[in-house]
Amino acid sequence: MKFIDEFRDPVLATELVRRIRATAKQPWVLMEVCGGQTHSLLRHGIDVELQGAVELIHGPGCPVCVTDISAIDLAQQLASLPGVVLASFGDMLRVPGSQGSLLTARATGGDVMMVYSPVDAVRHAQSHPDQQVVFFAVGFETTAPATALAVLQAHQLGLTNFSVLVSHVRVQPAMEALMQAPDNRVEGFLAAGHVCSITGYDSYDSFAKRHRVPVIVTGFEPVDLLQGILECVTQLETGTAEVRNSYGRSVERLGNPAAQRVVDTVYEIDDRAWRGFGVIPAGGYRLREEYATFDAQRRFGLTRSAEKNDPTDTKRCRAGDVLSGRLKPCDCPEFGKACTPDSPLGAPMVSSEGACAAYFRYHRGSLT
Amino acid sequence: MNNSMQWSRNCPIPISSDALRISLAHGEGARLSRRLISEIILPRFATATSRGFADAATVTTIGCRLAICTDSHTVSPMFFPGGDLGSLSVYGTVNDLAVAGAYPRWLTMSLIIEEGLPIVILERILDSAAHAAGECKVTIVAGDTKVVPRGAADGLFINTSGVGELMDPVPPGPESIQVGDKVLVSGPIGRHGIAVMSTRESFAFEPSPLSDSGSVIHAVASLRNSVGEHLRTIRDATRGGVSAVLHEWAMECGHTFALTESCIPVTDEVRGACELLGLDPLYVANEGTIVIAVDPLFAEIALNAVRQVPGCGQAAIIGEVQPKRITPVTIRRNFGSPQPVDEPSGAPLPRIC
Repeated sequence: MKFIDEFRDPVLATELVRRIRATAKQPWVLMEVCGGQTHSLLRHGIDVELQGAVELIHGPGCPVCVTDISAIDLAQQLASLPGVVLASFGDMLRVPGSQGSLLTARATGGDVMMVYSPVDAVRHAQSHPDQQVVFFAVGFETTAPATALAVLQAHQLGLTNFSVLVSHVRVQPAMEALMQAPDNRVEGFLAAGHVCSITGYDSYDSFAKRHRVPVIVTGFEPVDLLQGILECVTQLETGTAEVRNSYGRSVERLGNPAAQRVVDTVYEIDDRAWRGFGVIPAGGYRLREEYATFDAQRRFGLTRSAEKNDPTDTKRCRAGDVLSGRLKPCDCPEFGKACTPDSPLGAPMVSSEGACAAYFRYHRGSLT
Repeated sequence: MNNSMQWSRNCPIPISSDALRISLAHGEGARLSRRLISEIILPRFATATSRGFADAATVTTIGCRLAICTDSHTVSPMFFPGGDLGSLSVYGTVNDLAVAGAYPRWLTMSLIIEEGLPIVILERILDSAAHAAGECKVTIVAGDTKVVPRGAADGLFINTSGVGELMDPVPPGPESIQVGDKVLVSGPIGRHGIAVMSTRESFAFEPSPLSDSGSVIHAVASLRNSVGEHLRTIRDATRGGVSAVLHEWAMECGHTFALTESCIPVTDEVRGACELLGLDPLYVANEGTIVIAVDPLFAEIALNAVRQVPGCGQAAIIGEVQPKRITPVTIRRNFGSPQPVDEPSGAPLPRIC
């Protein structure tokens, strides 16, 4: 299959592993930012192939994992209001809030609809004027353009029964927070390729200089990942810290200006609570005042209450340490015991991009 | 099935607002019930008598051992590329009998109909079930209908129970699987799950992925006739896909199943959809594709026999049985060391980005 097979080429991948091993004179600590990259690394066993040469620690780029528990609680509340349909991406449904997940909400009578695109939720609102449709807008800069477009579409259609529960997050402020932490171990970043396809990578120049850390825009297939790692290790060995694009088939320096314009029209940058991190300055988006009528929180008079109802399970869950790369999932005392995909204590164990789910699925910590 | 048909989540039959629909009265045992049975249901199943189904069907066997199974069928949408609920309700039970080593003979069929279902839809589903039963040479000998109020069911649920005659040699079952045995599939995997999902969610994949919904009787017969007593076990890889079957077998036999990704047949349509949605074909449902464990000395013979069966030309040996490791199922992908294959947990949910 074009655009896949050539990036899973076993000969090329094996050669890249050899070159990385030959280049690395000492073990380097790299962080792949995106959860999709984490899963691909483990799925193809790249972490095992590079053992001793490169330690890969897994970043916060799992949109489901970093969505604050207060947002999930709000979504649950909305789903159980009479006449309200809560529309969500599928990956969000199993994530536990303080009162269970959205699947729990559905099982107890809440109206939860899985959609593949926010525009599907707008369409549903259009054809069901008797229902209030709320879209749970989660995700990084990759999904923000689509949810912004849904708001614009609802605005153009004059829909009064569509709104969004905004919990969008921005990746670079989280990388800043990681680098400022006193116990930071990250020596090089594999930046999230799909986020960069929207945002571009111009803004990483000052980040790389300021923190003296290489930032390599990296894709998701084995050859993409290995090329990104090789570039990063080469820079580290030569003492350079620059931004390089190793995912040229998808990413341009300035990203996707049309998508950026849509986001900028609908959203403005805001501080945002991240699950496991706390509030990250400029870490998310909120609706601009012009589109505040589409804000589900305002429409239904709900307020976030992060401190309230914090269940014991979220205290036992060390998602924050996992998402910031301080703790390998398999080193968590609850991993595979109290916390499994069937009974997760935290989001990283259920999301298809969560690091704990990847470790469980690929038996890291028990297999090797 | 015409590949070029446009599929949507709605039934392909245009339904006018005044179309005849099933009402609660159709289930209350009076004249409408009788007419539903005598005019809509019975004419489609040739062996039922003009007086209708008896309270209990009587059948005659020639002293052989019987296999009995039951399965309830619900699918949304009821019509999908490559099949529909009617044929699925027959193939599902027929396949359960076939993989147990039985030749399917008789079925019962129980309909739970939601009030408001257009009668034309019911007719089309029953036509399809009757056609599938004819193709499988299985007789529907007893049945029942219930009508439930609107909202209490999703259009139509069908339960079928089946009785089949066991044919020697009967595969002994997963506990007989030994280290070194080979694992085969009878065709490309994941087709049913992706076909249903892409229709339900109105994905505009081009071409539309087609379900593999169909009978496995001939594939099983070809195995019985070619490598009979060397078969260990056979299973149709329905919900949970090939991964769920292999995990169950691993529990039974105590060994590890080692797969090779490049050997697993997957159509371009399924592969593309899975890549897009973040799914793995190993976890996606099949409805006419079987997994086979066989003595390694007879694996090639089994493969060649299955490949002769229409629709099974892409059958393949996908892996082998190895001594027990920490993980019950592993896969060697294009590159690197074998990686574990996890047991599916609930329905696969697509990723966000």
